[in-house]
Amino acid sequence: MPTSPARYSRSIDWVTVLLYLLMVGVGWLSVYAASYSPDAPANPFSHLSFQELMAFNWFKQILWIGTAVVLIVVLLVIDYKAYDTFAFVLYGAMILLLIVTPFIARPIAGSRSWLELGPVRLQPAEFAKFITALAVSRYMAGINLRQQNFRDQLVLAGLTLLPPLLIIAANETGQALVFGAFLLAYFREGMSPLILLILAAAGAVLILSLLVPKLWLVGSFTVLLGLVFAFNPRVFRHHLVLALSVWAVVVGMVFGVDFFFNNVLQAHQRKRIEVLINPSADPLGVGWNVTQSKIAIGSGGFAGKGFLQGTQTKFDFVPEQSTDFIFCTVGEEWGWVGTMVVIILFMTLLGRILYVAERQKSVFGRTYGYCVASIIFFHFCVNIGMTIGLAPVVGIPLPFFSYGGSSLWSFTTLLFILLAIDAYRKQDLER
Amino acid sequence: MQYLEGRKYVVHAIFLAVALLFASRLFYIQVLDGSYKLAADRNTLQRIVQAPYRGLIYDRKDQILVQNTPVYDLMMVPREVKKLDTVRFCQLLQLPVEEVRESMKAARAYSRVKASPLVQNLSAAELAAIQDNLIDFPGFSIKARMARSYNTKTMAHALGYVGAITPAFLEKPKYSKYMAGEFLGITGLESFYETQLMGRRGVQYRMVNVRGIEKGAFRGGEFDTLSIAGQDLHLSIDSDLQAYAEQLMAGKRGSVVALDPKTGEILAFVSAPMFDPATLSGKGMGNRYMELLNNPERPLFNRPLMATYPPGSTFKLVNELVALQMGVVTPQTGFACNWKLVRCTHRHEHPSNVGIAIKNSCNPYFYQVMRAAVLRGRSANKFEDARLGLGEWRRKVMQFGLGEKLGVDLSQEKKGLIPSPDFYDKRNGYHRWSYRTVYSLSIGQGEIGITGLQMANIMATIANRGWYYTPHFVKGIGQGGPLPQYTVRHTVGVDPIHFDEIIPGMQGVVDGRGGTGSNASLLDVGISVAGKTGTVQNPHGDDHATFAAFAPAEDPKIAIAVFIENAGFGGSSAAPLAALVMEKYLRGNVAPWRKRWENWLPGPAERFVRHH
Repeated sequence: MPTSPARYSRSIDWVTVLLYLLMVGVGWLSVYAASYSPDAPANPFSHLSFQELMAFNWFKQILWIGTAVVLIVVLLVIDYKAYDTFAFVLYGAMILLLIVTPFIARPIAGSRSWLELGPVRLQPAEFAKFITALAVSRYMAGINLRQQNFRDQLVLAGLTLLPPLLIIAANETGQALVFGAFLLAYFREGMSPLILLILAAAGAVLILSLLVPKLWLVGSFTVLLGLVFAFNPRVFRHHLVLALSVWAVVVGMVFGVDFFFNNVLQAHQRKRIEVLINPSADPLGVGWNVTQSKIAIGSGGFAGKGFLQGTQTKFDFVPEQSTDFIFCTVGEEWGWVGTMVVIILFMTLLGRILYVAERQKSVFGRTYGYCVASIIFFHFCVNIGMTIGLAPVVGIPLPFFSYGGSSLWSFTTLLFILLAIDAYRKQDLER
Repeated sequence: MQYLEGRKYVVHAIFLAVALLFASRLFYIQVLDGSYKLAADRNTLQRIVQAPYRGLIYDRKDQILVQNTPVYDLMMVPREVKKLDTVRFCQLLQLPVEEVRESMKAARAYSRVKASPLVQNLSAAELAAIQDNLIDFPGFSIKARMARSYNTKTMAHALGYVGAITPAFLEKPKYSKYMAGEFLGITGLESFYETQLMGRRGVQYRMVNVRGIEKGAFRGGEFDTLSIAGQDLHLSIDSDLQAYAEQLMAGKRGSVVALDPKTGEILAFVSAPMFDPATLSGKGMGNRYMELLNNPERPLFNRPLMATYPPGSTFKLVNELVALQMGVVTPQTGFACNWKLVRCTHRHEHPSNVGIAIKNSCNPYFYQVMRAAVLRGRSANKFEDARLGLGEWRRKVMQFGLGEKLGVDLSQEKKGLIPSPDFYDKRNGYHRWSYRTVYSLSIGQGEIGITGLQMANIMATIANRGWYYTPHFVKGIGQGGPLPQYTVRHTVGVDPIHFDEIIPGMQGVVDGRGGTGSNASLLDVGISVAGKTGTVQNPHGDDHATFAAFAPAEDPKIAIAVFIENAGFGGSSAAPLAALVMEKYLRGNVAPWRKRWENWLPGPAERFVRHH
């Protein structure tokens, strides 16, 4: 498609690009602070060779950011129709890769999910996110989710669930959970809100049954249900069977939690949920991470200890501080002001993505936009939630902030495919 | 699908709800809840205490007795140890390979990154041998610390020892500022003068990482303080005299206390059996302490302060002085040597006056002196009379520093016992006892108990004619003098004139013909000694021998009390021993004809006993 670079560049959504650059920039500062060592010479470039610099995460992150910029140019230059056209091909290739990965990968930290290409280590699961997003958007464009076509729904569910199942097989449960975020996009495209409500209610019951004694929970739920029906005798008559089955399901869930907890979850996953409810349950194991992470963030106070002045993160009290627990560095060194800036940045970006998504003419573009927002939002929720003790410890990165090539590339790709689609849409309109 | 567009608000709402939840949660843990800041400081701030240089201890002649010498620990940081040539390393240390391997295993088990001691208490010589070669062995370093060392093998009981603080000490409020692992004076002067010797700790605040490795000063060392060395102690003990007295007491159980009567300064302080003060310092101290503790001779028992004996005849002097002051007897008062009252151990002329009675240690005489002091007809009831009289008598006797702690600068001191009327009321029943019950007190036997230190102090009081300074070991702290309580003169409530009646008698004991303490005579070198022998009845075995004296009688410079357990009559063993110590102190050496005693006196006490 012949277009002049000037016109094309005018149609790019620069607000999003700016937000992206801001977040990557702040993220790099945080990675620098987290991997900064007070023992190192004041000017790290003066004495160190390239090899020595490669030992620092902040230096490698510069390389990842540089390559991400190249990646962005490539993504924007590729014809947007290619994403549409090759969505299923990419999906197929990715499924193959996910199947093969556990067999060819060396085990790292308990999971066989990292592929090594020379000096670079990549995690296919990271890229499964945007490829699946492309595939389901492509499929969505061809069906009508409202029309209760069971076969279409089944295919969609299959497309969504296949990658996470393969990822779970490679023992990366955290990355698999991300795929739950697609439900938000499906909801926007017409999925019954009942599914979200039921899932939310089920989640609430699960959490409550861990916190509250079971008989109390069942008792109060029965009383509540009874009261609802007592004041609505007509509803009672019409929906007796429904009410009884809901009651039975809830009671079953409450008592089934223990079974789920003890027989379905793996030991370390069980621990992480126990720790969430009672951080002192395992103070030196999983509880250590949560406790130290909260201490680091909490000790930041209102305005923080100042750039590079964090003690908890500097002195290694917080584990995985430049990757999964990068938010601790922000919290400790910049205080509540800093954490608010990060949250506002995320909210602004997510709002902008939704805005961009909503202005797409095609179902493909809009669905993909919602997928992007949902995936970023899920990471935001779980990652920050775990650092402040509101979510179980799940090893997923904070988009654009956490150190790591795979995650930066995957989120960059995720976001800039949307911008590419958006830019061409504008051009189409102008023509 | 326009109607679905409203759903975007639901998605927006979900996003915003989570953002608000996070914002408020962060506001709570970062701004409202202060506990995380405390937890962070607990994590990273480490208080490093710099032990101050402990004060030194000097003797009377400014010879150094106790000092600090650096001992060296060979430290190892397991992580930094690279390509170790174990065989060469062990050759260097001159230790068997197995032992070194074992220590290394322990060090690794303790921490891979923190230094732990591989070999402790290396001397300077051992250090010199390995120091130059240490550079070939990365991961090993030398850490110096101070330990107590001794220039003397004597006066362990007075010096006490320094050791690591025990959990029991840590619980006492007095030691609340101490931390586990710190060293402090456990007994003796080291303990009594702990505050002065200790100095002030230096404190440095360091930041540490999760593995406890230092990461620099906290706020540039703003809160750090330097340590201040402790004050030196200057003892009144003459270490030559002390060593001499200990040599003479070898093989015996008992005590020797010598005082300067004019100042209350302790010149010699022997608790036999003795031990080397270095026993309780350095490597293997715990085992050696247990050996001392389990020794049946009880060497750790500080006899001059803790062993209370009935003083025997030496107490007759106090009895006489009290009676003279009360005016119930005069120097000319004569009492018959009436064996019906109490057996006398000597046959002598009588009726005796003060001089004769003291010289011959006449039991019936002092029986009657005390009876005169106690039974004064205050009540028609003879029981009540004895009761009132004993009470008054006791108060006067206690003025001599008996029945109470004198307040020497060692904490182990015992009070001794001057029995009160209540004591007998409790034991015999109210109005169930009379003078006949308590008369043995008059000759220093029975329930009465006094310590060696108290006995020496009685001699100092008599030498001073009625006053004493509390006995003490430390005559100077740092640049200053002794503690204030040792510069207060105590009078015993007996007029000086009465002492003039006593002292000639005491001189007669030593220098007179047939005196019981003639073995202590130094008249041949021109020194007149005033003294009193005593034999302490011991229901468990042979009697204890005592001799107390001061010299020169005209201008006393030394007062001494000797107790030798199970050595029988005081005149045969205690008196010559006291004479040697006094002569040594007063003249600097011992007359050649008495030298043989130096070889004859040491050894078991039992051979002095004459069995009839």
